[in-house]
Amino acid sequence: MGRLGLIIPMEGGGEGDAHHWPPGVHSFDPKPLFPDAGMDWLNTYLLQAVIGALIVILLWLWFAKDQKIVPGFKQWIGEQLYNLIRNGIGRDALGPDYHKYTPYLVALFSFILVNNLFGQFFLSMFPTFSRVGYAYGLALLSFILYNAAGIAKHGLGSYLKLMTMPKGVPPLLYIIIIPLEILSNFIVRPITLALRLFANLFAGHLVVIVFVVGGSMLLESASVLYKVAGGASLLMAFPIFGLELFIGALQAYIFTVLTAQYVASSIADDH
Amino acid sequence: MTTILEIDLGPLLPAFPEFVAGIVLFGIIWFVLAKKVVPAFEKTYEERAAAIQGGIEKAEHAQAEAAAALEEYREQLAGARDEASSIREEAKAQGAQIIAEMRAKAQEESDRLIAQAKAQIEAERAQAVQQLRGEVGGLATTLAGKIVGESLDDDERARRTVDRFIADLEANDTERV
Repeated sequence: MGRLGLIIPMEGGGEGDAHHWPPGVHSFDPKPLFPDAGMDWLNTYLLQAVIGALIVILLWLWFAKDQKIVPGFKQWIGEQLYNLIRNGIGRDALGPDYHKYTPYLVALFSFILVNNLFGQFFLSMFPTFSRVGYAYGLALLSFILYNAAGIAKHGLGSYLKLMTMPKGVPPLLYIIIIPLEILSNFIVRPITLALRLFANLFAGHLVVIVFVVGGSMLLESASVLYKVAGGASLLMAFPIFGLELFIGALQAYIFTVLTAQYVASSIADDH
Repeated sequence: MTTILEIDLGPLLPAFPEFVAGIVLFGIIWFVLAKKVVPAFEKTYEERAAAIQGGIEKAEHAQAEAAAALEEYREQLAGARDEASSIREEAKAQGAQIIAEMRAKAQEESDRLIAQAKAQIEAERAQAVQQLRGEVGGLATTLAGKIVGESLDDDERARRTVDRFIADLEANDTERV
């Protein structure tokens, strides 16, 4: 089992633990950086999140440095990424008011993307957002953002009216519509934002563990048949990595698009 | 096992430090992007748009200038054409005038020459007549004297006879003419 610690360095649980297999919720348990200091919150996932944030900040500062009217290659790449979010997400969803939300959307997309890619990065091998706390945090911020945007635009009263009493609905139906709209706009939206992101990465990482750790265990067993199956399983892990890369990028994009959509529906005059 | 409302949330139960860490880290990124990165990008975009706009305006200006120059050139060309045609008209008129003048002058000259010639002829004729009158008178008198044998030297009489003869001749002449 010694090799497994290398393949999945941030994998939860100690090496050689009897309950390490099969993988499960315990595979996501945090590993404190200083196990004896009593600061369990200071764990590898936090370190990873901090590194992710640093990468995002430094990368964007690097892209933003020394900008020219005629861009060089570095600036061109930066602008393509920036435009993907600014125009492809922000402007499309929000219309003329999109400028205010560009920093939020760019930050959201890049932070989620980098942390998702950590799931396939050989040093970390763990997607930060498969820890649900981070996903809840971002979902809460998006929840605050779209409600604050709506309240700032319409005022609290008319915002609540817009969000709960859609136009064109007969008043008789209000008794059904109002609770439904409250449920959908204020409760389901943030929860699904968080859970969609979390669940995709949690499940993805679990699949990766099954293929990699399971394959390694099979490879180390005595039976030839098991060795073949283990080899096949390890080979199969690579397409899974590719799939996970795609899912990580897709989920970052979806989170950002949905946030933009929610803001758009809040500041729209018609629901 | 942690429970909320007696439900086991399992992996959905967040670790509070992670919740806070996510918000704080994201807040820092948001701040830096809003203060530094996005303004830098937007500034570049604005400058680029301004540069493109400026280029378009410059091109429009050049085009307008070219159009004005073309217009001016056309006007000049039209002016030159007008001028040329007026010059041509003038030349034609002048030519006609010159021809008419020359013709008049030539006519005058020829009239003058004819008149002169006539006068000369007249004078020569008169002179000839005068001369003839004297000579013919003498000859005729001599001839008649020889024929008649009588002297007609009486000047007075002879002269009268000759004059009468010539007058008759002239009368005959006039009748013939």
